[in-house]
Amino acid sequence: MKKIELISALLLTSLFITSCGGDKKENANSETKPAEVKSEIIDPAIDKGVGPITSIEIGTLDQALADKGKAIFTAKCTACHKIDKKYIGPALQGVTKKQTPEWIMNMILNPENMIANNAKAKALLAEFNAPMANQNLTQDEARAVYEYFRTQE
Amino acid sequence: MLRNAFLAMVALSFFTACNKSGKKEGQANGALAANAAERVYVAPGKYDEFYAFVSGGFSGQLSVYGLPSGRLFRVIPVFSQDPEKGYGYSEETKAMMMTSHGFVPWGDAHHPDISQTNGELDGRWVFINENNTPRIARIDLKTFETAEILEIPNSAGNHTSAYVTENTEYVVAGTRFSVPIPQRDMPIKDYKGNFKGAISFIKVDQESGQMDLSFQIMMPGFNYDKAHPGRGKSHGWFFFTTYNSEEANSLLEVNASQNDKDFIAAVNWKKAEEYLKAGKFKTMPVNYAHNNFNENTHTATTTWGKTVRVLDPAECPGLVYFLPTPKSPHGCDVDPTGEYIVGSGKLAASITVHSYTKMMNAIENKKFDGNAYGIPILKYEDVLAGTVVQPGLGPLHTEFDAKGNAYTSFFISSEVVKWKLGTWEVLDRQPVFYSIGHLMIPGGNSRKPFGKYLLAMNKITKDRFLPTGPEVCQSAQLFDISGDKMQLLLDFPTIGEPHYAAGIPAEKIMANSQKIYKLEENKHPYAIKAETEGKVVRKGNEVHVYMTMIRSHFAPDNIEGVKVGDKVFFHITNLEQDYDVPHGFAVLGNNNAELLIVPGRTTTLVWEPKEVGVWPFYCSDFCSALHQEMQGYIRVSPKDSNTPILYTLDGDQLGK
Repeated sequence: MKKIELISALLLTSLFITSCGGDKKENANSETKPAEVKSEIIDPAIDKGVGPITSIEIGTLDQALADKGKAIFTAKCTACHKIDKKYIGPALQGVTKKQTPEWIMNMILNPENMIANNAKAKALLAEFNAPMANQNLTQDEARAVYEYFRTQE
Repeated sequence: MLRNAFLAMVALSFFTACNKSGKKEGQANGALAANAAERVYVAPGKYDEFYAFVSGGFSGQLSVYGLPSGRLFRVIPVFSQDPEKGYGYSEETKAMMMTSHGFVPWGDAHHPDISQTNGELDGRWVFINENNTPRIARIDLKTFETAEILEIPNSAGNHTSAYVTENTEYVVAGTRFSVPIPQRDMPIKDYKGNFKGAISFIKVDQESGQMDLSFQIMMPGFNYDKAHPGRGKSHGWFFFTTYNSEEANSLLEVNASQNDKDFIAAVNWKKAEEYLKAGKFKTMPVNYAHNNFNENTHTATTTWGKTVRVLDPAECPGLVYFLPTPKSPHGCDVDPTGEYIVGSGKLAASITVHSYTKMMNAIENKKFDGNAYGIPILKYEDVLAGTVVQPGLGPLHTEFDAKGNAYTSFFISSEVVKWKLGTWEVLDRQPVFYSIGHLMIPGGNSRKPFGKYLLAMNKITKDRFLPTGPEVCQSAQLFDISGDKMQLLLDFPTIGEPHYAAGIPAEKIMANSQKIYKLEENKHPYAIKAETEGKVVRKGNEVHVYMTMIRSHFAPDNIEGVKVGDKVFFHITNLEQDYDVPHGFAVLGNNNAELLIVPGRTTTLVWEPKEVGVWPFYCSDFCSALHQEMQGYIRVSPKDSNTPILYTLDGDQLGK
């Protein structure tokens, strides 16, 4: 019902603009154009995804940080992810070998935008049918979870 | 209707652009309607400028609307059970309904009032009173949930409430019905001189918002109706209307309308504090429930108040004065400066306005005209600031803008009248459809009104909306009051009866609005923080299910070992930590309600299965693309069976 009314509003708009003629025509046309969406999959080795993490240095493994990350992962993530098997979401064994640290942290911190704008994340959504939940982790917490993933390669 | 108006607007605006000669015609035919639509139109995805907290009246709840759109955002359950949210049904919220009369699942909500600091709305809490089983609730505006309900002892119809002083030092509660205090078995005809009316002052903790019944003033056996606080110069005083100063106990519509004048009671609460300090109170045994919802345990508990400090105004000179006010005054409204106290005699032809300055002079010069039960009566002429002469029929309530104007509702003549403070001249009048009770201007009873909109709340709507059988809605009507003349913009239906409302600029609340409950801060005794902690524990015939939910499954989702006659407690934690992902929980044959559990919260539903079988449970709030898959089974075995306890997800026992 709403859609029909919206369409009729647009129709009305274009009708009156058309009958007027003039410079407004182009504006009206541009409103009806669908936005173009880029959907190319980027090489995972360089795909940093979209989100707050644009570049991050990864040093030698910090076991204390990894232990902290494991606790966070257990509390906030295990309802949907297991390390060694596909569950609601993908298995996470070796994920650090597949995706960049930036991509992984952005997927944790910014899943809504990743699903909308990152081709790999979109493909995962299509495969699993369940959108990645935003569990409102802080950047430090996401970094700790990443460190834990490094112990699960 | 709105959408149609919008379409018309779209069409009109293009006509205008096209055809200069058509412009005038378009305006003459529909400019007003189109313009009104534009002024209340809040585009999709845009926010309203004001929140309006509108009393749900006999629904017992508090509704939240946006202004100017009139869109309903939420109905906050307060005094009545709400199966939609499990409020008053879940184990955690049952205590919110507790009173000295036991579990009371319904209330009659009346007058919401937003907390103030320095006489201005601060957006921390809304207080609202319950008339039938006297109570006051505090709603936290971070969570939009009822945080606290306090029962008022010695009251019998908490109508004169829940108004706050200008720094929210107190919220008040005056009784509509006078009764024997303490309650006792006595003939009703002996009312006069024997019944009393209690006015309660409830202290509010400035950090937590916690209410504490501080003291009561034991007043004569009149009916106490409405109230508003002094502000600015009159801060420290509280004004209450009274009617039935005749002390009639039957056929009040005749017998309580005999006296030419009733009173506005002016209460000096700072004086009361001095008397309390000096120990001039009596401690009276009472019994009242105080229900608090703890944000960390997500659980309400009841504590019992056993005493109250009582002041007798006859023994406390300077505590209370009576201001004679014509003909059963209803509304009692104080202007933004604190100088004028408006009393609307609902049977009077004029509106009476008292002057605070004159009142103080009369008190100083001890110009009294006798007393009633030891309370000095001031002379009407000595305290009168002015009258608005014959503005309409049946004046009820008055609100104010920031330009020195007052707006009074008239029930009988069904209109709003705008008049000028000081000159008392009528500036404008607009009809309302029909029979207005309260009216509200955001901040219109504070030091700082936001005089852009006025909301009229009407009791009768008969032909205004599509008919819905014998019972039709009550309604609100929105006026633009920014110009000289009030302009009607919008009608919208309300829930229950819209007794009064409180409006506030959205910006004072929305930034503080809580999005989730953090799992780390969840101290519910049955909370579990990870799926692996799920379990089922039997204690005699009680079975405690520790369950989690996340998009889109329960853990555990297969449960066995429950028997007919068991009492099953589903303690369910929503593990989501994202905004707007509540999950529901419903189980077949439950004699209760569903649960609606917001992220990070733990809530408990009790289910007492009566039949052997395998029964489904499911999420009742659409949560994801796989919401329809969010389900589980619980097996119920015969009473004498030995089916072992089992709780699994995807074939694995949780935690193993």
